[in-house]
Amino acid sequence: MTAVTDSTESDAAVGLPRLLPPPQEKRARQGLEQHLARHGRLPYRDRAGTLIRDIESAGLTGRGGGAFPVHRKLQAVSDAADRYRRTPAVIANGAESEPASDKDATLLWLSPHLVLDGLQLAAEAVGADTAILYTHANRKNDVGARLREAIAQRQERGIDRVPVQLAEAPARFLAGQETALLSHLSGRAAVPTFMPPRITERGLGNAPTLVQNVETLAHLALIARRGPRWFRAVGTEQEPGSMLATVRRLDGQPKISEVPLGIPLLTLTGELRQDGAVLIGGYHGTWVTAGQAQQLTMDNASLAKAQAKVGAGIVITLPSDRCGIVETARVVRYLALESAGQCGPCLNALPRIAAALAEIAGGRFRKGTLEDVDRWSDQVAGRGACHHPDGTTRFVASALRTFAAEVALHKAGRCSAASKKPFLPVPQATARAETDWI
Amino acid sequence: MADKLLVNPIDCKGHAACAELLPEAITLDEWGYPVLDPRPLPPGLERHARAAVSACPTLALRLQRA
Repeated sequence: MTAVTDSTESDAAVGLPRLLPPPQEKRARQGLEQHLARHGRLPYRDRAGTLIRDIESAGLTGRGGGAFPVHRKLQAVSDAADRYRRTPAVIANGAESEPASDKDATLLWLSPHLVLDGLQLAAEAVGADTAILYTHANRKNDVGARLREAIAQRQERGIDRVPVQLAEAPARFLAGQETALLSHLSGRAAVPTFMPPRITERGLGNAPTLVQNVETLAHLALIARRGPRWFRAVGTEQEPGSMLATVRRLDGQPKISEVPLGIPLLTLTGELRQDGAVLIGGYHGTWVTAGQAQQLTMDNASLAKAQAKVGAGIVITLPSDRCGIVETARVVRYLALESAGQCGPCLNALPRIAAALAEIAGGRFRKGTLEDVDRWSDQVAGRGACHHPDGTTRFVASALRTFAAEVALHKAGRCSAASKKPFLPVPQATARAETDWI
Repeated sequence: MADKLLVNPIDCKGHAACAELLPEAITLDEWGYPVLDPRPLPPGLERHARAAVSACPTLALRLQRA
């Protein structure tokens, strides 16, 4: 495991970390015995609906990026099950496909039982008889073997009421997108589909289906034990609780921190240079200037002021010897190649935008290139089956805003970067064949 | 109740028959894919809209009750 967790004494005073092992057990994976000793037994409710009300009072939102209220999804699946008289399925989504994110892999590595607890409790809350854990487990070190071991151990001890199946996600950026996930688990390629009936109504095998990010399920497992008031002891009134963040500072190494929502952004980034920049929310996220970053806190209400979102909790500080435009161009090329290629606007516009950015990054770009990017971005907005084009163009627009001075330098054939070494992580392998999506 | 056009972007292959039959509400982007006017369809265009829907070779265009 490459990621290290980051926590301090002051965290302990507010009861953090909750999901990750305490600091004195840093990087120690929580085995079943340690897990039970720390968190206690799995609190099945045996009464439908009571957990959903607790989750509503807690104000838990999805930690996979969407921040959707969890109780509403639970209720929708539970209602659909009644309406259609179908037994639902529950899917834990650990297909953390953002190359810059490592929090879900770290959580699955360090606290697998908390995720598996959440999966059982969510299954009980909606009355599901199918539970699937969908991850990149076999690609990221050997977390797959660890998860299989954990699942077998729980089965042996009779902890899990619903048997858990492991499913492997292909190494694609869009593999974790909800409709792509459903396609994959239905035996097809992991590509998005267009407006299926809601997954909560008709998902896996047409059964009402709950898809929740693995971190969300871990929070749910703790709320079930400790209650909504405990959950709300950290975070803001509107966005309560803690969250896992993948933080990359100047050395580029990912550090996973568990922090309350609403903490100052600078707590994560450290002091910033005046001309510095921070990427918030990953490759569908937003670049902000150091000046903006100083005013922001890690919650959607605050980040909205800079057109940013918490997303899946990625916070990256750009080193001063790198060029934000060069870095963005490299990532956008990757994003264009990761388009599923199903929708005309995305298939056509993203490579054009990527090529234009490469031109800007290369310097002395042709007149009208910036206007082209703006126009293509406008054209593609809202016209894909999924949000890949929208997320990508938002990211591009934020780069052109944040690095406007750098763009002007490039126009004059210069670049401020002292180092050409790539900084933002981008996977080498892009999809070349249909089978890369399976 | 006015109707609203909806295109399935995965099924749409850019044949552009719709834009030809209903230029009032459908234009083409620079690659020949339809851009739908997000506003409800103006009254009097329903017949043309239904013709555009019927003409789509990939059945990607739909008319939805708004």
